[in-house]
Amino acid sequence: MAAESPLMALFGRSPVKPMQEHIKIAHECVTLLIEFFDAAVEEDYETAEKVRTRITDLESQADDMKKDIRSHLPNSLFMPVSRSDLLELLSMQDRLANSAKDISGVMLGREMIIPKKIRKSMRKYLQASVDTSEKALGALSELDELFETGFGSREVKLVMGLIATVDKAESKTDELEIKVRKQLRGVETEYPPVDIIFLYKVIEIIGDMANYAQRVGSRMQILLAR
Amino acid sequence: MSIIAEYGQWFIILVCIFGFLMAWGVGANDVANAMGTSVGSKALTIRQAILIAMVFEFAGAYLAGGAVTETIRKGIIDPGLFASSPELLVYGMMSALLAAGIWLVIASIMGWPVSTTHSIVGAIVGFAAVGVGSEYVNWSKVGSIVSSWVVSPVLAGVISFLIFKSVHKLVLNTKDPFASAKRWVPMYMFFVGLLIGMVTLLKGLKHVGVSLSFWESFGISLILGVVVMLLGTALLSRIKLDPEENRDFRFTSVERVFSVLMIFTACAMAFAHGSNDVANAVGPLAAVYNIVSSGGLVASKSAMPAWILLLGGGGIVLGLATYGYKVMGTIGRKITELTPSRGFAAELGAAATVVLASGTGLPISTTHTLVGAVLGVGMARGISALNLQVIGTIIASWVITLPAGAILSILFFFMFKGMFS
Repeated sequence: MAAESPLMALFGRSPVKPMQEHIKIAHECVTLLIEFFDAAVEEDYETAEKVRTRITDLESQADDMKKDIRSHLPNSLFMPVSRSDLLELLSMQDRLANSAKDISGVMLGREMIIPKKIRKSMRKYLQASVDTSEKALGALSELDELFETGFGSREVKLVMGLIATVDKAESKTDELEIKVRKQLRGVETEYPPVDIIFLYKVIEIIGDMANYAQRVGSRMQILLAR
Repeated sequence: MSIIAEYGQWFIILVCIFGFLMAWGVGANDVANAMGTSVGSKALTIRQAILIAMVFEFAGAYLAGGAVTETIRKGIIDPGLFASSPELLVYGMMSALLAAGIWLVIASIMGWPVSTTHSIVGAIVGFAAVGVGSEYVNWSKVGSIVSSWVVSPVLAGVISFLIFKSVHKLVLNTKDPFASAKRWVPMYMFFVGLLIGMVTLLKGLKHVGVSLSFWESFGISLILGVVVMLLGTALLSRIKLDPEENRDFRFTSVERVFSVLMIFTACAMAFAHGSNDVANAVGPLAAVYNIVSSGGLVASKSAMPAWILLLGGGGIVLGLATYGYKVMGTIGRKITELTPSRGFAAELGAAATVVLASGTGLPISTTHTLVGAVLGVGMARGISALNLQVIGTIIASWVITLPAGAILSILFFFMFKGMFS
């Protein structure tokens, strides 16, 4: 016969842990790309397909988590950060997983053959993009400490430093992208044009992925700016 | 007069039963709100919370509960006006208790959030205004009580806001939060001791028959504060920094320091609750006892006998033991987002406000005060997600509870009047 206590109704579900869980899953998708790429380079698309299944599974898991977080953030919630900033951050996180799914999807769909001459630099480029995502994960792992300290100036400074590392990783990815494109241009006439068009597409999405990671950082920065 | 002489024993027995039931209800539902924050933040297990509640609810009721009891007994209505027909006051107080008790049961079954305090105040005003005549109600007192229902959550919010801001500055936003916590937490403990001491000595003890001057009280309270601080420091010395537990979340050890502090604020909360809410059950009981024992003299100045407060305290403890622990568990599971560094700030702000109200003789809602305190911590950017719709629920509960208590009490009043006169 317990009455619904106003004290119970007062507490909404904190979005902090779920947000952190979400980017963890999204980043796991991203890291699987390395394994996927290594199989694809060997033209072992059987293994690649298995990895791709893991990526899509994780992506849909991230998707469910995103919906769950959104549904627990009604308009009436009072939070120390802006609700719309938080939702923006969430959708950037989610795009990391989406990019990983897209990259593996395009490559698997075409059973893409990577020209020997660009394999090494493309692997490096992909790794740089994955690293950018990892830096974003690192910044997000401070989210619980940020809330705990009530957005204390020390903690904010620390997070700002982490966000700077995300930016740095992203610009490194940019540089590598230019290099890969240049190399590909040198050999592009030796391969069927349609394959090359899609390869350019894949290179583009890998760059986008790093971009989304960077935007996770900048969204977090906006979150702190209030 | 003859009615009192004839049925006096029955009135006492009835009102004791009603009062005890009401106290049981307070223990079963209200106490869980006061203690649930400590359980939710895992500073206390349910068992520990029950033990603390039993001791400190009782102490609060006995040592500092006198003033609010006086208000319920003879502040809301003017007993002097009943001199010619004291039996009406007896019926009224019995109806008020019964009405508030039944209304609480109905509301609990339906899952509506209601406050014991509001039910009983509504019921007393109801029977007096409609059953007897609106001039019997001390409207200015009622006005100050009602405004205290708005002021108390706001005040608690402001205090908790400031407390949390100080925690932010002194502990959380420092180079070494663990060391800072160890340094400053004993100071908060000192304030807990000082606060309880001051209220008890200045306001409470005169109802028990002890009277001290302000400076005597202040001195003793200071000593109490220091004793509490030393006790706390001894407990804190067992809390060690554990790098392993801080790997994922760097403030785990810091929160453990605050969870020791929360044991003390939980005691303060139980004390505060006891000092304010026991009166809801005991005030009407005291009023009836006074009339019957003096053979119908209403204006008698005799002090309230201790056994009445004991009965109230006993009812609360029984309510806790038989049902309150369940509610406490439910609430505790629901509010795990409140960590000790926040929970203590909310509890201390709420306890200070409630205890202040108890000293002034204002019956307020502990739960609503606590809600205000939590919101205050939220305003200081301390809590990740709060549902502001609760404010609407609270206002709605005022709007519903007051008339509901009043109407039921009017019905019972005429029922008793028909039965006995």
